[in-house]
Amino acid sequence: MINREQLNFAPIGGLSEFPRGLGRQVRISDWDLAVFRTTDGALYALENRTPHPKGGPLAEGIVSGHYVYCPLRDWKIDLEDGEVQEPDTGRVRTFPVRIEDEAVLIGLPSNSDR
Amino acid sequence: MADLSNHRRKLILIGNGMAGINTLEQILKLTNSFDIAVYGEEPYPNYNRIQLSYVLEGSKRIDEIILNDRNWYEDNGIELHTGTKVVRIDPDAKKIFTSEGDCADYDALIIATGSKPFVLPVPGATQQGVVGFRDIADCHAMIEASKRVKRAAVIGGGLLGLEAAKGLVQLGMETTVVHLMDKLMERQLDQAAAGMLKAELERQGIRFLMKAKTTEVLGDGEATGLRFEDGTELEAQLVVMAAGIVPNVELARASGIEVGRGIVVDDFMRTSAPDVYAVGECCEHRGIAYGLVAPLFEQGAVLAKHLAGAETAPYAGSSVSTKLKISGVDVFSAGEYEEEPGHRVLRRQDDWLGLYKKVLLRGNQIVGAVLYGDVTDAPQLAKLIREGAEMTDELYGRLFGSGQECAGGASKGAAAVLSMKDDEIVCGCNGVTKGDIVRVIQVDGLTTVDEIKVRTGATRSCGGCKPLVEQLLQVVLGDGYRERTAPKKGICGCTTHDSEEIVAAIREKRLTSVREVMAVMGWSEPEGCSKCRPALNYYLGMIWPTEHEDERDSRFVNERLHANIQKDGTFSVIPRMYGGVTSPEQLRRIAEVAEKYNVKMVKVTGGQRIDLLGVEKKDLPAIWEDLDLPSGYGYAKALRTVKTCVGARFCRFGTQDSIAMGIRLEKKFERLWMPAKFKMAVNGCPRNCAESGTKDLGIVGNDGGWEIFVGGNGGIKTTVAASLCKVKTDEELMDVCGAFIQYYRETGHYAERTSEWLERVGIDNVRDAVLHKPEVRKLLLDRVELALAEGKDPWREAFSDESLRRDYYQSVEADAR
Ligand code: SRM
Ligand SMILES: Cc1cc2nc3c(=O)[nH]c(=O)nc-3n(C[C@H](O)[C@H](O)[C@H](O)COP(=O)(O)OP(=O)(O)OC[C@H]3O[C@@H](n4cnc5c(N)ncnc54)[C@H](O)[C@@H]3O)c2cc1C
Ligand code: SF4
Ligand code: FES
Repeated sequence: MINREQLNFAPIGGLSEFPRGLGRQVRISDWDLAVFRTTDGALYALENRTPHPKGGPLAEGIVSGHYVYCPLRDWKIDLEDGEVQEPDTGRVRTFPVRIEDEAVLIGLPSNSDR
Repeated sequence: MADLSNHRRKLILIGNGMAGINTLEQILKLTNSFDIAVYGEEPYPNYNRIQLSYVLEGSKRIDEIILNDRNWYEDNGIELHTGTKVVRIDPDAKKIFTSEGDCADYDALIIATGSKPFVLPVPGATQQGVVGFRDIADCHAMIEASKRVKRAAVIGGGLLGLEAAKGLVQLGMETTVVHLMDKLMERQLDQAAAGMLKAELERQGIRFLMKAKTTEVLGDGEATGLRFEDGTELEAQLVVMAAGIVPNVELARASGIEVGRGIVVDDFMRTSAPDVYAVGECCEHRGIAYGLVAPLFEQGAVLAKHLAGAETAPYAGSSVSTKLKISGVDVFSAGEYEEEPGHRVLRRQDDWLGLYKKVLLRGNQIVGAVLYGDVTDAPQLAKLIREGAEMTDELYGRLFGSGQECAGGASKGAAAVLSMKDDEIVCGCNGVTKGDIVRVIQVDGLTTVDEIKVRTGATRSCGGCKPLVEQLLQVVLGDGYRERTAPKKGICGCTTHDSEEIVAAIREKRLTSVREVMAVMGWSEPEGCSKCRPALNYYLGMIWPTEHEDERDSRFVNERLHANIQKDGTFSVIPRMYGGVTSPEQLRRIAEVAEKYNVKMVKVTGGQRIDLLGVEKKDLPAIWEDLDLPSGYGYAKALRTVKTCVGARFCRFGTQDSIAMGIRLEKKFERLWMPAKFKMAVNGCPRNCAESGTKDLGIVGNDGGWEIFVGGNGGIKTTVAASLCKVKTDEELMDVCGAFIQYYRETGHYAERTSEWLERVGIDNVRDAVLHKPEVRKLLLDRVELALAEGKDPWREAFSDESLRRDYYQSVEADAR
């Protein structure tokens, strides 16, 4: 039936490199990601691109609670599932994050599955 | 699932497109007694084919036109095979076979294979560079071609061809529509509307070659152009075949199912084979194969009910209407559109406003309509024509008004929706009925078109139904519609408090951080949103200039990074150039930096300074260090520029040294945070070459002093500045400016420019504080000095602070292996 994606967990740095309340751009292989650390310490990884037709990066958005506000057009995006909040619509791709010791790892699909 | 399969019927859908999936959606609403499997040749889940036009012109991306993502299939237990073509059906054995050699059994089978572009049977039509406009792959092919080659020819001046042409123009191609007839969209429009359409599209950059019969696609394996019957040629490296579509019947024919123009179906969408059905563009019903979505949904509804065993009226065919999805072009047509003997013609045409409206009657019956320019009446007309309604005086009055104008008011629209039945479709693209919409307004309390779009899908695709949805809101909510859309009191959705209450609470309760304000004042979102956080941060800094630690994370990106974000995520850098004055040395430095960092553009701004555009974020601190110039705050709610004219130092009319005064003011008030951006100008005489009349603070020199103007705005809503006062000395000028600025800082709402602020507080109050009460002015001046003492150059801060540099400006580069 439906293929579960094969994930590859890759390290992107130490926890201290992700200050709370901010987003940070992470480039890994061909991926351009935005990694956000909320004030409660949780980490989220999203594709670094707003779903707005005209695009633009997300990493520079304001982080409030578990939402990020797109820096170009102020869309509100749920960090948990990448869902754009009403009245706008769309979805940003999200990636699982794991913390092992102090290292941050991101689950990326194997190459074939872009 | 396997254990249950004995009891459950197996339903297979061939064709993962709009008609097929819509049918499944309707089936799922009625029953869950099927195990469903879907086979689609394209590698995508079901998407909105209609919106390919938007994908082509670049206003939407593929993932935004997906209608049912893979989760949807999974959530509904549907087995999805994308990228899989079904090559044969065996109706006797009730099996299907895929091109990969797989085979599956069915109890019921739906064929929904859509159409294919009609390819002109001329020599050369199969070369590289010749494409149709049907699916995502075609879109990609065109977008790719637009990067390589310059000229495109679109064969066919119908809806599809025109939308393709508009997209290609948008992609920068020189595009010619080649049309066999002498008028565009000849199957939907009459001469007048087609003429208006052509003129508008020409204005938008599309070229036309009318009455041109293509006889050959030129080229040597790769298209280079077209040749026409009269022997002339047209150069084109991309040729789009948009001259029509043909039902995709290949599979049905290969499987021995009866085929005419399309797969022949009866009124319950049954084909000639038992338990095999067809819906959508691939089928032919009562001799008609449709090419628009609305009929497909009607067919799907009948088929879904039939399969679920629910009672349904037979499908009796559809009446179709058309809307062209090109911005700036509103055309509509339904029913009969070309007048013939026997028609009574109601027509209004206004070439000045570009409006055209025609309604055709047979006897009194409304049988067709064409609209151009204003399509507000489209939904109503579509309905009247569908129902074969009679024209009445009242209806005439509604449609054509008193005889003065074509456009109509809201009340007549309201009448149209009132008379609609609950199960009547409002949004043809998404199959949303009046009842669906009324329900979400009444039951779920939705109050805006956007909310309704999110919940029901109505207005989501072509947008043609938006006026109807608005009318429904109007009718259901009555006066409440306006009330509810009136602005709320709180500064954002997180609070009911307005700015005054917040500022008062910060002062009285001595609140010192954004989070504290939110906690104490009962914010509904514990961490606020992108509207309130920057506002609170501003108020705190304004009230506690020395104590408050600026909360950088609460600032919008531009102020957080001290550069202006651009649409592609790069930034712009505008250094200060006090009073618009520069020097060869400064210019040299700017030039060197621009070259060193490969800046995309060096531009002179409208604010008398230089902008370096397209800088990578990671380079910002280094650029600033190399420039060694202070930040121009071109991104901030703070003093932007002080424009100056040449003034008394050079100008034959100049009465005051405007340049010197401009520089002095800019140096004094730079870096001060304000409620909104703040712009100034200083002129040497009332000729006002530096435009004081549209500045927040504009100064005009005269013989013996200065005149001060305030509250001007040259932006969205141009506002002429008001004269505040005249002063005699430079010192007095500085004082009035300082007091004025501080008064604005203290009483302005966040994001309120001085033009709106002045209108709100009134110039008399400003004069009182700044001019008439010396003790108030003194205190204002003391406080502005306090705030000014805090200013540091943010660029210097960034390049000299390692952790700022790292946390804010650098990205993480990692390696997946
Ligand atoms: C660079 C510049 C255009 C240019 O190349 O000349 C510019 C560029 C932008 N302007 Fe402007 N404005 C520029 C002069 C102006 C002027 C003319 C002037 O200042 O003399 C005006 C009209 C005067 C006025 O503001 O009263 C102007 C009225 C606006 C407005 C409308 C403001 C309003 O209250 O109506 C906006 C939108 C806003 O602020 O919300 C805006 C916004 C913008 C932004 C910052 C858009 C944004 O929010 O990202 C633009 C940044 C582009 C970029 O990607 O870097 N810009 N903008 C000018 C910079 C001047 C400078 O040296 O600092
Ligand atoms: C650019 C464009 C703009 C349009 N604009 C409008 C508009 O504004 N308004 C409007 O009403 N209509 C519009 N249309 C028409 C509308 O998109 C179609 O009417 C609708 O998509 C038809 O639905 P369908 O399911 O019959 O066919 P499709 O949506 O084409 O779906 C058929 C699917 O079946 C698949 N398939 C075919 N054969 C096989 C096989 N053997 N095995 C497996 N899969 C197979 C195909 O790959 C395809 O994905 C537009 C069409 C295009 C191309
Ligand atoms: S405003 Fe007056 S002084 Fe300034 S340049 Fe124009 S004419 Fe000359
Ligand atoms: S009719 Fe096209 S979006 Fe509603």
